[in-house]
Amino acid sequence: MEGDIVQMGAYIGAGLACLGMGGAGIGVGHVAGNYLAGALRNPAAAPGQTAFLFIGIAFAEALGIFSFLVALLLMFAV
Amino acid sequence: MVKPLFGGDTVGIFTITNVTLWMAMTVLAVTLLMVVGARGRALVPTRGQSMAELTYSFIYKMIEDVTGRDGVRFFPYIMTIFMFVFFSNVLGLIPWSFTTTSHIAVTAVLALSVFITVTVLGFVLNGASFLRLFWVDSAPLALRPILALIELISYFVRPVSHSIRLAGAMMAGHAVAKVFAGFAAALGAAFFIPILAVTALYALELLVAVIQAYVFTILTCVYLKDALHPHH
Repeated sequence: MEGDIVQMGAYIGAGLACLGMGGAGIGVGHVAGNYLAGALRNPAAAPGQTAFLFIGIAFAEALGIFSFLVALLLMFAV
Repeated sequence: MVKPLFGGDTVGIFTITNVTLWMAMTVLAVTLLMVVGARGRALVPTRGQSMAELTYSFIYKMIEDVTGRDGVRFFPYIMTIFMFVFFSNVLGLIPWSFTTTSHIAVTAVLALSVFITVTVLGFVLNGASFLRLFWVDSAPLALRPILALIELISYFVRPVSHSIRLAGAMMAGHAVAKVFAGFAAALGAAFFIPILAVTALYALELLVAVIQAYVFTILTCVYLKDALHPHH
């Protein structure tokens, strides 16, 4: 019984951890959208900034990955 | 998923498994492209040679842009990382193959080697002044200790996010492809539409594989830049 409740809590927690992906989605969308907005204003400068676009996306995405990690830990390690 | 190739079901340290096989395939593919493909050194390149040259100049330019001229001496290391990650991601898209980069064990070794290289390099090149990386001069004095703590934590979290990003993207992407391929098989009566959808998904997967290899490499460059020029 007690193990079942712990199991249930772990599964609920893993599901809740997926909310973090929403935050990562907002962050990545923000970076990409602002890049596009800037690129449309000054298309000539856009190619030089793609590296920063990907770095920004990678950093925004990292926190989503941490939520994924928490979900994995709850599913398989707790 | 990891299973020995030649019988038995225990996996020891030196057991030859399918992971070993696909890593060897990756190395073989990189060698084929970069050594055999570029061997001709023709003035008008063949297809293989021009692919090899394109990758070479792409990575060279990336390092030059991110780390500056003095980062170029680390070109062999970064090129190796890019080619390995890229080919294991793309080879993993072949049906029934094994994506070696979808395992955290593999990516963690890559990320840890980058982390250790960068940290040692930072101290060797800059001495103790490498620690100024954590001391943000442009912030108000009262905030600096707090910022130093945050910077320190984010520094040590780097190998974690670096490795799990790649492994997570590969694992999740391939799981999605598998699930959707299962849907398509179940919808076999609906003729060619499921096949089209799965093909589109597959193209997206290819894009993700390439972008993740690029992101892994460019983050390596960014970390390297911190070691070369710690005070921005």
